[in-house]
Amino acid sequence: MGSIALEHVNKAFGGHQVISDVSLEIEDGAFVVFVGPSGCGKSTLLRLIAGLEDTTSGAILLDGVDVTDQGPAHRGLAMVFQSYALYPHMTVRQNIAFPLKMANIEKPVADKKVDAAARVLNLTDYLDRKPRQLSGGQRQRVAIGRAIVREPKAFLFDEPLSNLDAALRVNMRIEITELHQQLKTTMVYVTHDQVESMTMADKIVVLNAGQVEQFGSPMDLYKTPANKFVAGFIGSPKMNFLAGAAADKYSATTIGIRPEHMRISRESGDWPGRVGVAEHLGSDTFLHVHVDGAELQTVRTEGDKDFAPGDQVWLSPDPSRIYRFDRGGLALR
Amino acid sequence: MAREVTLQRKLTFTALAWLVAFLLFFPILWTILTSFKTEAEAIASPPTIIPTWTLENYFEVQARSDYFRHFFNSVWISVGSTLIALLIGIPSAWAMAFTPTKRTKDVLMWMLSTKMMPAVGVLVPMYLIFRDTGLLDTVWGLVIILTLINLPIVIWMLYTYFREIPVDILEAARMDGAILWKELIFVLVPMAVPGIASTLLLNIILAWNEAFWTINLTASKAAPLTAFISSFSSPQGLFWAKLSAASTLAIAPILVLGWLSQRQLVRGLTFGAVK
Repeated sequence: MGSIALEHVNKAFGGHQVISDVSLEIEDGAFVVFVGPSGCGKSTLLRLIAGLEDTTSGAILLDGVDVTDQGPAHRGLAMVFQSYALYPHMTVRQNIAFPLKMANIEKPVADKKVDAAARVLNLTDYLDRKPRQLSGGQRQRVAIGRAIVREPKAFLFDEPLSNLDAALRVNMRIEITELHQQLKTTMVYVTHDQVESMTMADKIVVLNAGQVEQFGSPMDLYKTPANKFVAGFIGSPKMNFLAGAAADKYSATTIGIRPEHMRISRESGDWPGRVGVAEHLGSDTFLHVHVDGAELQTVRTEGDKDFAPGDQVWLSPDPSRIYRFDRGGLALR
Repeated sequence: MAREVTLQRKLTFTALAWLVAFLLFFPILWTILTSFKTEAEAIASPPTIIPTWTLENYFEVQARSDYFRHFFNSVWISVGSTLIALLIGIPSAWAMAFTPTKRTKDVLMWMLSTKMMPAVGVLVPMYLIFRDTGLLDTVWGLVIILTLINLPIVIWMLYTYFREIPVDILEAARMDGAILWKELIFVLVPMAVPGIASTLLLNIILAWNEAFWTINLTASKAAPLTAFISSFSSPQGLFWAKLSAASTLAIAPILVLGWLSQRQLVRGLTFGAVK
């Protein structure tokens, strides 16, 4: 079991409010991702759940039990750090076995668990090595192994893939998702990468300036963002925003159109513009179009569409996929 | 051409290094040489360089006072005070390195400032406290005072080493279920072994060589080797050869320790400075 509940949690460092009145319910077995720009408080929120930071006010409940005043060693949660945080003086085996040693588990039982974890994570051949003799991906696996052997109530991941190169990151992303499907243990995962959040999460918590902007499934956030911040943060490339006359037409202060919902044409459309940069990804092409009197607009087209920088074009939105926002940035429905 | 220049530079620097090393070592060398001279040779002018290699001074020193008793007092005092200082210093440095507050720097400065005070300024009150508590001329008394004297240095050194250790690793230990003392014993201390070892060695050397308090607060029972040496500068005049023999005996153990551990000492003292 591993349900996590936050009730009106606040955290301030000195006079600086980092987390403001956050309340959340994380169900047992869910994969929840905290996402937001750097400095939004997502890591702090994770550390509050871990017990590595004390709350300024509010309560944290694990399986309905208030653990707000318990230290990290007593909460029964496991954490994977961005820096891996392996014990450099111990072998891989000792690293993975460390939580079992702390729990006073007998050595034969511990050895069996370590071997099982090593098998799952393809670390069997490396058990006698020291962390410095491993590659980044292997170190990350050891960190995960150390987390899984003790069968925690929940796993906490603090940007675990940020130090890996792009190809490895995709692999590890899949491995962690598969691990979640196997173990069915609650996982809370912090990232600034919205692609990671969209692909891995059951539920996403979008944080901004210490507050929850929206909590929902990835497709909920994509389809019905609660406000302009979430609309701009979720989705890649980022949503286009238009204000002024273009928005007035739809009786909103601002309208948003995702790049994949923007039509581009050489002949006609709503807004005239000029192609700036064209990014060819093969399958897709992202065109950055300078529209008169508006911000740079991004259009996603098929890879074989042939637009070159400097081309005069017309843009028009897919009328059924226009997001409307009021003066305060809240979505109008 | 370029190669010749570097060779020349290399030779110059090597010669310079040897010269500096020789200058630094000369007083010790001279003491050792003098200890093997007769008293007449020792005060001869111009000085004789090569002694007659007599062991007479050593026999006489041992006959006049018990070297081994002083030696063991020195061992107890330096090792005991160092271990207690580490026992106090490790948790203190841990607290300051990993959970610093606004005042941590001030606390560290304050600790260091106690080293700036001239010891003789508090000699009388310390002497009276020692007398009234019955610590005068006891090994325990010296262990206590040397622990207190060297604690600032121990904490400063450990603090510097601990700051090099990523806090993530200690947090990982906490998440893995390590309570405070297990975190210190199983994670912090093994990772800081080079730093702790050089702190230990340096502190033993400092405590071994400490002369002011060890001479002033002892009479005979607890007198360590520093008092042993000073007892040879007697009112009847200085006997240079015997004084040298006593000094050689006093510095020999620490010289050997320093020699054996020089690699560790240098590594520890430059920890963090050289990546």
